[in-house]
Amino acid sequence: MSIFSLTLRRDLLLVIREPAQGMAVLAFFVMAASLFPIGVGPESALLRRIAPGIIWVAALLAVLLGLPRLFEADFLDGTLEQMVVGPVSLGLLVLGKIVAHWLSTGVPIVLLSPLLAIQFSLDRDSLLVMVGSLLPGTLLLSLIGAIGSALTLGLRNSGVLVTVLVLPLYVPVLVFGAGALEADLAGMDAAAHLYLLVALLALALFFAPWVTAAALRIALE
Amino acid sequence: MNRWLHFASPQRFYPLAGRLMPWLVVSAALLALAGLAIGLLIAPSDAQQGEGYRIIFVHVPASWMSMFIYLVMAFWAGVGLVLNTRLSSMMAQALAPTGAMFALLSLLTGALWGKPMWGAWWVWDARLTSELILLFLYLGFIALYSSIEDPSRADRASAVLALVGAVNVPIIYFSVKWWSTLHQGASVSLTRSPSMAVTMLWGMGIMVLAFWAYAIAVALARVRCIILEREARAEWVKYAVE
Amino acid sequence: MFQLNVRGLSCQRAENILFSGISFALEGGAWLHVKGRNGAGKSTLLRTLAGLVRPASGVVTFSGRLGPAVRRVLCGHQAAVKRELSAEENLRVGIPGDSPASAAQVQAALTKVGLGKAASVPARYLSEGQKRRLVLARLLLQCADLWLLDEPVNGLDSDGVELLGLFLREHLANGGAAVVTSHQPLPVAVGKSLAL
Repeated sequence: MSIFSLTLRRDLLLVIREPAQGMAVLAFFVMAASLFPIGVGPESALLRRIAPGIIWVAALLAVLLGLPRLFEADFLDGTLEQMVVGPVSLGLLVLGKIVAHWLSTGVPIVLLSPLLAIQFSLDRDSLLVMVGSLLPGTLLLSLIGAIGSALTLGLRNSGVLVTVLVLPLYVPVLVFGAGALEADLAGMDAAAHLYLLVALLALALFFAPWVTAAALRIALE
Repeated sequence: MNRWLHFASPQRFYPLAGRLMPWLVVSAALLALAGLAIGLLIAPSDAQQGEGYRIIFVHVPASWMSMFIYLVMAFWAGVGLVLNTRLSSMMAQALAPTGAMFALLSLLTGALWGKPMWGAWWVWDARLTSELILLFLYLGFIALYSSIEDPSRADRASAVLALVGAVNVPIIYFSVKWWSTLHQGASVSLTRSPSMAVTMLWGMGIMVLAFWAYAIAVALARVRCIILEREARAEWVKYAVE
Repeated sequence: MFQLNVRGLSCQRAENILFSGISFALEGGAWLHVKGRNGAGKSTLLRTLAGLVRPASGVVTFSGRLGPAVRRVLCGHQAAVKRELSAEENLRVGIPGDSPASAAQVQAALTKVGLGKAASVPARYLSEGQKRRLVLARLLLQCADLWLLDEPVNGLDSDGVELLGLFLREHLANGGAAVVTSHQPLPVAVGKSLAL
């Protein structure tokens, strides 16, 4: 079995053993998005207009909130050090961890998002576009976030710092992700946005694991 | 090549930077005076925008510098990461605050220009928005650098961040442009050039040179401080400070 | 049979030079006892040999090559044991490696270190000493040529120390090598020694 799938299975096993942390991220996602109707009022036309932005920003912040789980526990108990010393490709190992993180954070967010779509009175077609943009989008967020998470590993203020490092890099994801949904709501074709999102994803899949691996080596030195 | 490597050691670079600085400071001041004189006094007033447009003599060069310095910073950071030359990393660290300052200057002058043009201090125009994100990238770099106590780790971690940022700058720029055309936002672009007069180009060119000289002078001054800080235990520093 | 060669190694932490000009050679079947006061850089030396820390100067070669030509294993201060997993799972999947041990091998290793009955106990319920024994079991399973052991005696009872000595002797007899930091003498034939 390859190191990628071994790592993936290991991290998923760990998530299953302690599911509480993952649940908190999901709760945050739903709660944060639910605050907006309370803040701006229940007018459904307005809510429909701002829904893409709100759902996407909530998803983005939820992924960001879950980032510390990616490496911190392994860093603190010393297993990360063992992984770096080990005779395996660290890039593939990191990719396994990122995909596991996405499966336990991003995918549940995507699965929950139709609930929010109902709250914001989106119709069924838009719902499809929303899920179609969130699915690659959250993986992209995890990939980019992993770099920031590795760079700030073990620092005293890593929680805030990772936000400051990663948020500007999240801008294109937000533009294309929320843009897809918005274009669809405006009656335009969302395909161009989705293609760009997937192109970015391909780029990040190729580079982010190696950059993250390099950052981990720096952090552990 | 060897001549350049000769100055790659902080010990040799320190006095060289010290000798260069006064020249750069003086030329920055003279060029800025000349550029502002052309921009504010000699250049003709704009047919549509009147006198308000004159802020571009600061705004446009500042935006250019903020973008360019980020690339230079990422370049030095990358050199430091690959070749393990301490001076390159110090250079990157010294450039960051200057770049952030230019980004801020560009945003402030943009706001000042926006008020008479659009009637609002801030408009979510593509250029202003990407400038704002560039400022965030600078702040991230500075924040990461100053959060890591071990200088070697700080150098290398922030170098990775700078390189990732540099790869992302064009993507961010493109995405923000895409975003603003989708939303049909501001119709007046900040750098729309209604057939610029030759004197305007001269003024802007000279201002760019002035900012260049200023940026290099400030970066060198900062590099000298960083060298003293980091090499505080080295024997030569004692003589250099005396 | 492999050879570890260290020439003119020096390491720096922040601005402090920890040690400089360290040179030694170690071939399969021999071990090196690294001694020194606290803060002398013993752990850093091991982490440098493990490839985690880049030396400020000097070279480390394995059988004449710079890269990870030999399998190294580092046992640091942290046990690297996942609390959520059982003792058995920790050995099987705790640290993703290129050749995961089979269930039988894992059970054999656990029995050897006296954890045979605790195989399915979640690691959070293991005592500190039991965790150190788990680390010993992992050492056996990793089949490395070079063992880098940082204070391996810490947390072990006298039986555990005997066990460590036994494993170390077997490892050396099989042509392996080890670099060990320890304040206490180990129950192994005296090897080379290096004072930092």
